[in-house]
Amino acid sequence: MAVAEQTTSEPKPDAAAEHGPEPGSLLDWLTTVDHKKLGLLYIFLSLFFLVVGGIEALLMRWQLMWPDYDFVTRDRFNALFTMHGTTMVFFVGMPILIGLGNYFVPLMIGARDMAFPRLNAFGLWATLFGGFLVYFSFATGGAPALGWFAYAPLTEKTFSRGPATDLWALGLIVSGAGTIAGGVNFIATILGMRAPGMTLFKVPFFVWTMLWTSFLILVAIPPLTAGLIMILLDRNLGAHFFDAQNGGSAIMWQHMFWFFGHPEVYILILPVFGMVSEIIPVFSRKVLFGYEFMAAATMGIAFVSLGVWAHHMFTVGMTRTQDLFFVASTLIISIPTGIKFFNWLATMYGGRLRFESPMLFCFGFLSMFLIGGLTGIMLAAAPFTFQLSDTYFVVAHFHWVLIGGTLFGTFAGIYYWYPKMTGRMLDERLAKWQFWLLYIGFMLTFGPMHISGMLGMARRIYTYEADRGWMFWNQLTTVGALIQAPSFAIFIWNVIVSWRKGKPAGDNPWDAWTLEWATASPPPSYNFEEVPVVHSRRPLWDLKHPDDPDWKYEHE
Amino acid sequence: MSGVILMRSMLLLAVGESARQNVSIFDPASPQAESIRNLGILVLAITGGIFLVVEGILFYTMFRFRRGAPPGPLVPNPDPKVPPPVTVEPAGTSPEPPQVYGSKPIEIAWTAAPTLVVLILLLVITRTLWEIAPDRPEPHEGDNALFVTVIGRQWWWEYRYDHYNGRPLGFTTANELHIPVGRDGKDYPVYLTLQSADVCHSFWVPRLAGKTDLIPGRTNHMTFHTATAGLYVGQCAEYCGTQHAKMLLRVNAQPSEEFESWLRHEEQPATDVETVREDKHVFLKQSCVNCHLVRGTEKDTPARRREYAPDLTHLMSRKTLASGIIVNDVKTLRDWVRDPQNIKAGCLMPAFGLSDRELDSVVRYLLTLR
Repeated sequence: MAVAEQTTSEPKPDAAAEHGPEPGSLLDWLTTVDHKKLGLLYIFLSLFFLVVGGIEALLMRWQLMWPDYDFVTRDRFNALFTMHGTTMVFFVGMPILIGLGNYFVPLMIGARDMAFPRLNAFGLWATLFGGFLVYFSFATGGAPALGWFAYAPLTEKTFSRGPATDLWALGLIVSGAGTIAGGVNFIATILGMRAPGMTLFKVPFFVWTMLWTSFLILVAIPPLTAGLIMILLDRNLGAHFFDAQNGGSAIMWQHMFWFFGHPEVYILILPVFGMVSEIIPVFSRKVLFGYEFMAAATMGIAFVSLGVWAHHMFTVGMTRTQDLFFVASTLIISIPTGIKFFNWLATMYGGRLRFESPMLFCFGFLSMFLIGGLTGIMLAAAPFTFQLSDTYFVVAHFHWVLIGGTLFGTFAGIYYWYPKMTGRMLDERLAKWQFWLLYIGFMLTFGPMHISGMLGMARRIYTYEADRGWMFWNQLTTVGALIQAPSFAIFIWNVIVSWRKGKPAGDNPWDAWTLEWATASPPPSYNFEEVPVVHSRRPLWDLKHPDDPDWKYEHE
Repeated sequence: MSGVILMRSMLLLAVGESARQNVSIFDPASPQAESIRNLGILVLAITGGIFLVVEGILFYTMFRFRRGAPPGPLVPNPDPKVPPPVTVEPAGTSPEPPQVYGSKPIEIAWTAAPTLVVLILLLVITRTLWEIAPDRPEPHEGDNALFVTVIGRQWWWEYRYDHYNGRPLGFTTANELHIPVGRDGKDYPVYLTLQSADVCHSFWVPRLAGKTDLIPGRTNHMTFHTATAGLYVGQCAEYCGTQHAKMLLRVNAQPSEEFESWLRHEEQPATDVETVREDKHVFLKQSCVNCHLVRGTEKDTPARRREYAPDLTHLMSRKTLASGIIVNDVKTLRDWVRDPQNIKAGCLMPAFGLSDRELDSVVRYLLTLR
């Protein structure tokens, strides 16, 4: 427990054991403030909710297999899509990225822990109990049936009578506090605890993206929290913030929500950009092409993403000038994203590519995220969105970004870092099965959704008319979901089995270049015996190539 | 990997299938929807082009530079400042490829190219935005324009007919919108005023126009016109609660004479049919009239014109019930009146526990509301 405060370079490996619970015991895991254990707990939490959210998705897909089908109907279906969205965004996407960040940011910058270890533990438990609060609503007679963006005034007591909506809002407030705690911690850690010699422009790219993700967390989550508190005031203390019949404003909620909601998308993708920017160079055996431009593009995305929120609201009847503003800002954000993509391609170009599992998932990320980005450009065309908004095309688009982008990238990260976290390799054969089932199942699920959307199918409908011609596309989608399902099972199985029986990894199985690979796998609780001194962005490259080190070529 | 191209060809196949309700956004029946379609195709073409180029480079790179690929000619060095290949071979590893740290000219080039595409897109989007902007002229005689206020309700549509060709109308109907179609190059524009009585809804008939939301406390507008008669369907496109999926839209576009005769008929109060006098009495005694209005009956007072439920004055002129989800005939009407929750669970009309005789009477009376 005292490890975090330790500042000398003299390691005291047994300090924790002497004073705290026995390492590895349940009590140790429950009371830990070690960033690595907390990181793992974040990841376990996300995987648990990933399974829950996945089952919710499968139930919905089965209901939509046939028109006018009667499997899960009406409010149960409406609750399913609300919980699926809420779960995947707040309790899978964010925690898994924060968890990986928690584990690796201190290791990558040569620190012994996060800046505020106890705050770190608070963040984890707030996220977990926030999730439980939201799920307690099932015990009150039904989960909230609002949609994950919960448009007012559906959230008013008039339209949602039971306590489910209150639990939903409370849960998100609590987990939001945990997320903010995480953001503060990353910023303090990255700004204040870098190894000697590691200037802010020499941090590994993943660390850089975590810094900007944390900035977005600090700017975006508070408006959501404020809005959720207003919902609770409306519902329980007779306020009228969103109650149009009493002078409130329904549209204000939309602005508040999306002012959070769009930066949120980048909270979910920037760390992934960071991970692939670590993995692609290592598996191409080349330095990241154009680090400075990549770094600037990340900043650009973080800032511009604060000014695009109303592209979720093109159909609310804004003036044409307002529409145009948000069209322009949305299109502009595609430029830094494009820069990143080209730099990844340039990094691979001329390299010597190895296609072990991390790179395989990076390939999945690159080939799929591109499509999600391009449908994003289509949706930036406001008039086109007058047609496509709230259809399955939009559902396809953001799943293509969140699965094709975030999920494939996160799997790449997990396959890349699992050896460091456990000291063992994940099984490559299972990884290939997982990858191809996911890749094919994913395309089959969400590809046809573009078409059902263009054929006029609105989202969030628990059933559809037989005469609309949507059945075929929905059936393809459902079959795709059924193909995806086993890929997740294989992944979980791989994680469990390899933990004990995987091939021993050694310190640096991928021959990578950043500091986390300079310590043991798994790292001891104090991370590094000696705080390393850094001269470039690839300290281990310098170590290996003393005659031709990186710092000769890097310029800031 | 199928991508946009395959998607588009499949789309054409799907649209080609017949004998079903067409709700494709690529089959517009109004200049507004057509304008969006044209923009959509342009944007699809541009993004499709980017897709092919970038995905092509990705696959080429993946294949060409995989480990174990036959050694080809060395990659041309894009930047003379770049160091030569590293020759030191650490124990146990193969030599590393040349390390290229970046190149300012290249970065500038691939920043400029997307910027240009963005600029072009911005220009065409702006044009379309203003092309389809809803306008709001004052109704005047000779404009052939129809003004309707659409009120979204959980889970049906109320239509208040305001003006036609400059003439004030002032009757209300539900769920089936009737509009005139243009003829001989003359447009019959439709101006919708969109409001909501409860939560957010969205009016979306894909072949006529893009969607616009109906938001409580706010008034939105929509403009379109069509030259093709027929039935256009759609549905509420903003999640609005339990029966959001069953809040369907039907727009009947009719030749102007047909439309005008429908209009004249709808304006009339309900006709009194001698044979159902007794049944009418039974109907008016029930609580139906607390929410539903039948114009011309003794319950038709200004205080009752607040309409919480569909206006029934000309119920039988409508082809469907419950916001387009079932055909309106004797049997379904009777089932609906007996217990709406069997048909559209969660809807705001409860079952009133009418006796069979009362039920028969109510239905007999409703059947005369032509």
